[in-house]
Amino acid sequence: MKLLFLFFLMTLSVTGFAVDYRQLATPEQQEAYESLVSELRCLVCQNQTIKDSNADLADDLRRQVFEMLQQGKSKDEILRFMTDRYGDFVLYKPPFKTKTGFLWLGPAVFLTVGLIVIFVIYRRKKASAVTILSDARQEKIRSLLEKGDPL
Amino acid sequence: MLKYIIPLVLFITIAVFLALGLKLKPGEIPSPFIGKSAPTFSAFKLDAPDQKLTPGDMKGKVWLFNVWASWCVSCRAEHPVLNELARQQKAMIIGLNYKDKPDDALNWLQTLGNPYMVSIMDQDGRIGIDWGVYGVPETFVIDKKGVIRYKHTGPVTTEDVQQTLLPLIATLQAEPQ
Repeated sequence: MKLLFLFFLMTLSVTGFAVDYRQLATPEQQEAYESLVSELRCLVCQNQTIKDSNADLADDLRRQVFEMLQQGKSKDEILRFMTDRYGDFVLYKPPFKTKTGFLWLGPAVFLTVGLIVIFVIYRRKKASAVTILSDARQEKIRSLLEKGDPL
Repeated sequence: MLKYIIPLVLFITIAVFLALGLKLKPGEIPSPFIGKSAPTFSAFKLDAPDQKLTPGDMKGKVWLFNVWASWCVSCRAEHPVLNELARQQKAMIIGLNYKDKPDDALNWLQTLGNPYMVSIMDQDGRIGIDWGVYGVPETFVIDKKGVIRYKHTGPVTTEDVQQTLLPLIATLQAEPQ
């Protein structure tokens, strides 16, 4: 029981979350802010959004997003502002371009290839399973079946 | 036959991807500014806080824009290289003192030498954002027309100066205004 309680306490400590003190005037703006900060990549830590990161730059970029929303800028304008400066890398969802085509289509291509391979293997197995028995053996099976159960 | 081809194809595919991965430098994000006009700014000079500098002041000249800070350890490693580059007087170096305390920055230049013709202050990092700065130090090369031609992320080494910066500066100096 004590051990269980200890584990319970351990899980509690992991679920701490970041607190952002910035508050926008309208709920729509606040929602836009929340979605933007979780869509933009922190360029210092690279595998974190600017929402998750404690890096100095991430905080500056959050401030930038906040101020632009206050000025009434749209989400698209803010995303363009960021990509103009940091390139597509700043986006967690890269746009579909020739350069990112493989990134987007890759999983579908691999899935298709995998399904084709499975299908081919299955077909081959089925075909070979039939031919494995020689005529003599098949005849024997048939006669055994016709005789019925000896018991 | 297929028994040998499938593992071979798998091996080649994985090997190619891993080899490509070895060559990638995820720390270096390609700058969207190459070939574009330098973002404008109007910022106070570090050594003369009542005067402002804008990129227009450097029109017609090839200049380097180096992002530095006294708190930045790699900048300290880079500093002697910049001092040497400044001594050669091939192009002028403008400093962007990024998110720093002016007193610390002035003190730093006094102790380690000052390669910059001018350093401007960016205490809240806004100029940095406009230039797409994400790691200090960074160095931009701007041509006579005010177009960014090259960006170096991280400390500049003597080899970088010899192999990349000096040849590039020489080409840009030869271009008409």
